[in-house]
Amino acid sequence: MSTTTRPASDAGERRGLPAHSRSLGARLAAGAATPGGAVYVLVVVLLVSIIISNPNFGEPGALIRFAGRTAPIAIAAMGQYYVIVSGEFDLSMGAVVTTQVVIAGNLAGDDSGQVVPVLVLMLVVGALIGLVNGLLTTLLRVPSFIVTLGTMLALFGLLRYVAGVAPAGNPVDEFREIGRGGFEDVPVVEVVPYPLIIVVVLATLAAFSMRRPFGRSLVAVGDNPEAARLGGTSVWWVKTRAFIISSLSATVAGIILVGYAGGRAVGQGYEFSAITAVVVGGVLLGGGRGWVLSAAAGAYALELLFVLLTVLDVPSTWRDSVQGLIIIVAVAASARVWQVGRRSGAPPPTSEPDSSTPTPPTPGTHQGEQP
Amino acid sequence: MSAATARRRILGAGPSSTVIVYLVLLAVVVVGAILTATADRNFFSGGNVAAILTATSILGLVAIGQTLVILVGSLDLSVPYVVSLASIIGGTTMAGEASNILPAVLLTLAVSAAIGLVSGLVVSQLHVHGFIATLGVGLIVSGYLGTNYQGSSGSAPKAFRALDEAKVGPVPVSVLIMLGLAALVLLLLSRTRIGHHMYAVGGSPDVARLSGLRTSPPVILAHVLCSVMAGVAGLLLLSRLSVGSPTIGSQGGYDLLSIAAVVLGGTLLAGGRGGVVGTLGGVAIFAVMDNTMGALEVNPFLKDVVRGVIIIAAVAVYARRNLQVRPARFDRSVADAPAGSTPPAQEVR
Repeated sequence: MSTTTRPASDAGERRGLPAHSRSLGARLAAGAATPGGAVYVLVVVLLVSIIISNPNFGEPGALIRFAGRTAPIAIAAMGQYYVIVSGEFDLSMGAVVTTQVVIAGNLAGDDSGQVVPVLVLMLVVGALIGLVNGLLTTLLRVPSFIVTLGTMLALFGLLRYVAGVAPAGNPVDEFREIGRGGFEDVPVVEVVPYPLIIVVVLATLAAFSMRRPFGRSLVAVGDNPEAARLGGTSVWWVKTRAFIISSLSATVAGIILVGYAGGRAVGQGYEFSAITAVVVGGVLLGGGRGWVLSAAAGAYALELLFVLLTVLDVPSTWRDSVQGLIIIVAVAASARVWQVGRRSGAPPPTSEPDSSTPTPPTPGTHQGEQP
Repeated sequence: MSAATARRRILGAGPSSTVIVYLVLLAVVVVGAILTATADRNFFSGGNVAAILTATSILGLVAIGQTLVILVGSLDLSVPYVVSLASIIGGTTMAGEASNILPAVLLTLAVSAAIGLVSGLVVSQLHVHGFIATLGVGLIVSGYLGTNYQGSSGSAPKAFRALDEAKVGPVPVSVLIMLGLAALVLLLLSRTRIGHHMYAVGGSPDVARLSGLRTSPPVILAHVLCSVMAGVAGLLLLSRLSVGSPTIGSQGGYDLLSIAAVVLGGTLLAGGRGGVVGTLGGVAIFAVMDNTMGALEVNPFLKDVVRGVIIIAAVAVYARRNLQVRPARFDRSVADAPAGSTPPAQEVR
């Protein structure tokens, strides 16, 4: 609303973008009513109910260790978010995690000098798998569901073929320290686990990237690829980068998981957990709606739910059923809200528009401006 | 001019996806026969053909149901759990008594249909994406199975076990059941109103609704039929193993494999295009590939690698073809348009 290029008008001054027009509290309340915001409310509710049932969980040390333990799935969920918001799926995530764990176990055996080269190798392998997924999806126009299903089958098969005879060895302790260790002797919380630091750094980067042109194009591509293409976005490269990010995040999750366990069972089913977390975070399957940090919050909400079930002595065999029920309810609720529209929090027009003279719309808003 | 555009259209469209599927199948059979011959075995021996046919029956049934669900634009990830549940319910209800077979079969199919009904209602009424709805329903069933059945339970009476061994000529009865149900589904899709509505809703729910269709019944029916098919598959597995198993479905990986078979059969994952005949071709391709790799004694883990690569490669072939022109009923508007202004090929994904 610059005054130099456009005559200042009272209506224009008073009414900017609906998202920016109200007080911070009102905007937070409106945000919490969207699926992407509701997940934070869910996290708080779950946390409070756990602490009420089991006060020990509320101690800072226990909380921070929980946050560290949940870091891998939160990182995977943020990676999956990039792919889902661009309108695709990445089912190969679990296979990538397993691959990385096996690579770490077999190549970073006893020699602590190997840690850095192996880390670099793992990241390169992760990026390559993502590149292959992305190129097959975008250039060969194979649905990503099929592409990543194919890479999943191929990776699992290859892994068992190559590493089947050799025992899945444990990497050196320096390597496992990434997932297990932390800064000791911190006041109040005793220890800050490295995974927690990694997830915070990655979340910051992710939130930043979604505000960059890349993030904006990604959401546009997921919302309407045709419009994005006509608008000059190079759709194939944007989507391919999303797949690379997804595979890299699975790699990081794998690096952290090495600290907890070795072997080939790690990572199985990770793709569905990550997709579930993303969906619980209010991201629309099919693309174009949702926030990256909500995906991470979705992962925390899911894990908190499992903690709550444990605290309430629900048999672990029912975990699946509860998880199933929760994701259906979460998605049904968010489908309702997203249907209402993107700007559901927009305030009603303050004055009746003059029906005789239609007002021209201002680019970027849904409202006409009074002349 | 119209002849030229018509020819271009035909060239652009190429052979139908079903034809390509069966050409691929033919190629796979030829390669398989040659490779099997190098291992000094006869691909076309009666026993081998029967083995291949038997291998198609279970995945075939699940994939037929999956075709319907994918045609209406949804997905069904709950099939493995429905298969397991069906084998358990069938096995425990029969409890080794031949007189219990009919009630057991009816109960199993009714429970399967109820699960499909729930999925269908969640997808169509609550507007939950089929991926999540059926993943959720599948998890719920899986939790029930895990809580109540730790190991295999129930037992099939001899009369029911005979179903798996029975053959009509060289063809196992289980395959005939599968083909019979496939024919019924084919009739449903090509001859009935709701079958046509399935294509309409899968192609574009909004256009279908604006054309005056009620969009929920086709979606619900597709999910119910898919679950019933999975239930039949579970019963066949029960007759093969003679006990119900709570993990038989997830071990088979029927969810993802059936989706892969459907897509391999030329049905669009986004819905609205494809059919059962192609799916049967896709299932047969899998069966022949598995059989050949078995004859060559390929490492079972490498099988998965080959499978993954073949799925991607085959779908890439159709995906090129799916840069498709409009269906024939828009003939006139294309012919009336001035030369050179043919609308750009519509990208269908």
